[in-house]
Amino acid sequence: MVTSKKATITVNGRIIEWEDGMTVKRVLEVMNYTFRMLVIKVDDRIVKKDDYASFPIPTGADVKVIHMVAGG
Amino acid sequence: MDVQGLKSRHTLLKEYAYTRGDIDRGYNNRTLYVNLSENSVAEKPVSEEMKEKFIGGKGFGLRLLWDGTKPNTKWDDPENEIIISPGPVAGITQYSGCGKSLVVSISPLTDLVIDCNVGGYFGPYLKFSGFDALEIQGKAARDVILVIDGTKGTVCIEEAPEEAQDSHILAEQLTEMYADDETDKRNVSVVSAGSAANFTRIGMLNFSWYDAKRKKVRIKQAGRGGIGTVFRDKNIKALVVKIEGIASNLNHVADLPAIQERGRRFAREMKELDHLQAHMKEVGTAHLMEIMNDYDLLPVHNFKYGAHDDTVKIDSHHLKKRFTQGIPDGCWVGCMMSCCKIAEDFKPRTGPYAGQVVDVEGPEYETAAGVGANCGIFDVDVLLELNFYCDTYGIDTISFGTGIAFAMECYENGIIDDEITGGIQLNFGNAEASLELIHQMARGEGFGVTVGQGVRQMKRIFALEYDANAQFLQDIGMENKGLEYSQYVSKESLAQQGGYAMTNKGPQHDEAWLIFMDMVNKQIPTFEDKAEALHYFPMFRTWFGLMGLCKLPWNDVEPEDNAEQDEPAKVPEHVDNYVTVYNSVTGKNIDKRELIRQSERVYNFQRVFNLRRGYGRREHDAQPYRAAGPVTMEEYESRLERYDQQMKEIIGVDPEGKTPEEKLAITREYREGLYEKLLDAVYKRRGWSRDGIPTIEHLQSIGMDLPELIDTVKLYLG
Ligand code: SF4
Repeated sequence: MVTSKKATITVNGRIIEWEDGMTVKRVLEVMNYTFRMLVIKVDDRIVKKDDYASFPIPTGADVKVIHMVAGG
Repeated sequence: MDVQGLKSRHTLLKEYAYTRGDIDRGYNNRTLYVNLSENSVAEKPVSEEMKEKFIGGKGFGLRLLWDGTKPNTKWDDPENEIIISPGPVAGITQYSGCGKSLVVSISPLTDLVIDCNVGGYFGPYLKFSGFDALEIQGKAARDVILVIDGTKGTVCIEEAPEEAQDSHILAEQLTEMYADDETDKRNVSVVSAGSAANFTRIGMLNFSWYDAKRKKVRIKQAGRGGIGTVFRDKNIKALVVKIEGIASNLNHVADLPAIQERGRRFAREMKELDHLQAHMKEVGTAHLMEIMNDYDLLPVHNFKYGAHDDTVKIDSHHLKKRFTQGIPDGCWVGCMMSCCKIAEDFKPRTGPYAGQVVDVEGPEYETAAGVGANCGIFDVDVLLELNFYCDTYGIDTISFGTGIAFAMECYENGIIDDEITGGIQLNFGNAEASLELIHQMARGEGFGVTVGQGVRQMKRIFALEYDANAQFLQDIGMENKGLEYSQYVSKESLAQQGGYAMTNKGPQHDEAWLIFMDMVNKQIPTFEDKAEALHYFPMFRTWFGLMGLCKLPWNDVEPEDNAEQDEPAKVPEHVDNYVTVYNSVTGKNIDKRELIRQSERVYNFQRVFNLRRGYGRREHDAQPYRAAGPVTMEEYESRLERYDQQMKEIIGVDPEGKTPEEKLAITREYREGLYEKLLDAVYKRRGWSRDGIPTIEHLQSIGMDLPELIDTVKLYLG
């Protein structure tokens, strides 16, 4: 449960707690997003795969992790 | 193998000679008709209107089946047909995934038209032999094979009493029998079922090709809807087609360089990106096992749950160790995706082939999820054994898995007991029970035959004969229209619930797979968004079936810059490839909008075909509640936090103080209401009435106002 005092970010419409030093890679871990064919946007900026481990997530960020449709 | 001895026992019932001719821009402009009751063979011309409105593949199958049957034709009436049609693009070797056949028939499971998209070389070889479709009607008196010899220009119906029934042996016998020598084996393709197709309604067809690198006959499956059952009911043992060889432009296309250029682009993507994306070349669709588990989408225990700790034992890392690596696994020539993995030199430990060295085609995701996780079985060896026996006995792994899982839940709920199962303890996870049932299906005995009738028949039998609660069976029996669900949990994706239950043939995911867009990405939040997706994707994917194309190269690898496109979910560059390939084969000039229109015509035709047979209305798009939400308390409690939170935040009811029964009921009422609203939105988008019937105006607007369709919809539109 997210309390109003803590800093948060939005990931695919869901509010989660922000962590100090949070990166894209960490967001994927927290959300358990293990799928490989992803398009990630942080505040509308596309993040390249090579930058997942280093791209910092600011508090209040709107993160979109678009899972491309594979399989099926 | 004494194939000459087997052949000497054949009796020729009919020989028909024809002149082959050349394919013109993807079409032979004729189909082949065979009647097994009369031992007659005929050629039928393909009209310009047929090409314009029905395109090919599944479209041709539907047109021929409509004309060949009556509204009340049953699956086992002699007049039911099996139609195999490859489509205008099929047989191209310069672009990936262009070798599919579409198989159409009236299904013993659904009493509706069923269609399957299948690899293997039969469809392209049928086309190279001179025909755009093979239409089989009637019933033979005894087991026959049909041999289409494109090298001689003959079609023969032969009684074939002594060949094996099971596909892994039969396909090999016939390949050897009809090939002139080892090199010629690659020019032969066989369609066959297997011994369990004789006794169940979930029979499927294997389509073969000869893997020259491995020197093995390989098979791909037309699995859904029981067409293998129809095949055996007609006393067809096998179909054989033979050609002289594959050349680069047998389709005589309008613009070969344009196809080659798109083919090279795609090949580059596969080379550079597959190992970073879906790993199709290494593990095929099995890469989805761990993904679906991680997203709570992998069916476990008859779709009660979406994940299990033991999935790690049957995930793609384990399966990869069994798949041969480094040899191309394309089910048609030139496919760079090459995803048809094979586990070679496997030794089953049960059944008639126990201890023999055999090869297992797969398992693909649907099989591993269906016969494995959904039945609580997490053992790779058992998965391989069940996969092998499903294939060689000629039964659909998806219906088998969903059917066994349903029977297991009934057993655990005391609806059926040891007396009914013949002493088989059908608990989730009991691999021995599953293996015993599959062998019973092949022998035509015991409780296996009951399970082999499919979920809908089991529901009827259990309610009628064992006094089971029919509503509970309806809630947990994962079928719609009589077809068993394929292997994705749709509870948290309303759009996917529609993607399953609003299909023409029943809940197979090949119309639309929207779970990520809907549930994870939250890209289609409104009913209108979902309706748009449930219009576009089913229409787009219908098109693969008109062409003879495989769906996988469309989006199981994506161009590097796909993310920057306007509508990345559609993979615009690949759509453009398909438009180019079609235009370059046929010399036509369609664009991506006309592509959808082509599909829309056939999709609506199929809907009206269902209507003609007494189905195809809103009531037939109803889903079992388990596809939409938790049926039992144990399901609710397994995701308690999620459901309680949704009740509070979305439904607007405080779960605090509510009894478990009240919570179940509130959740159910809400979710069932959503589905009804979805039906309204989708029907509207598709140009259908509130009862799900295509309106006359809509049929006119898409150029599908054929008199027989208008007459049919008029009966229902009031
Ligand atoms: S992608 Fe796989 S299934 Fe499709 S044509 Fe290629 S090898 Fe066959």
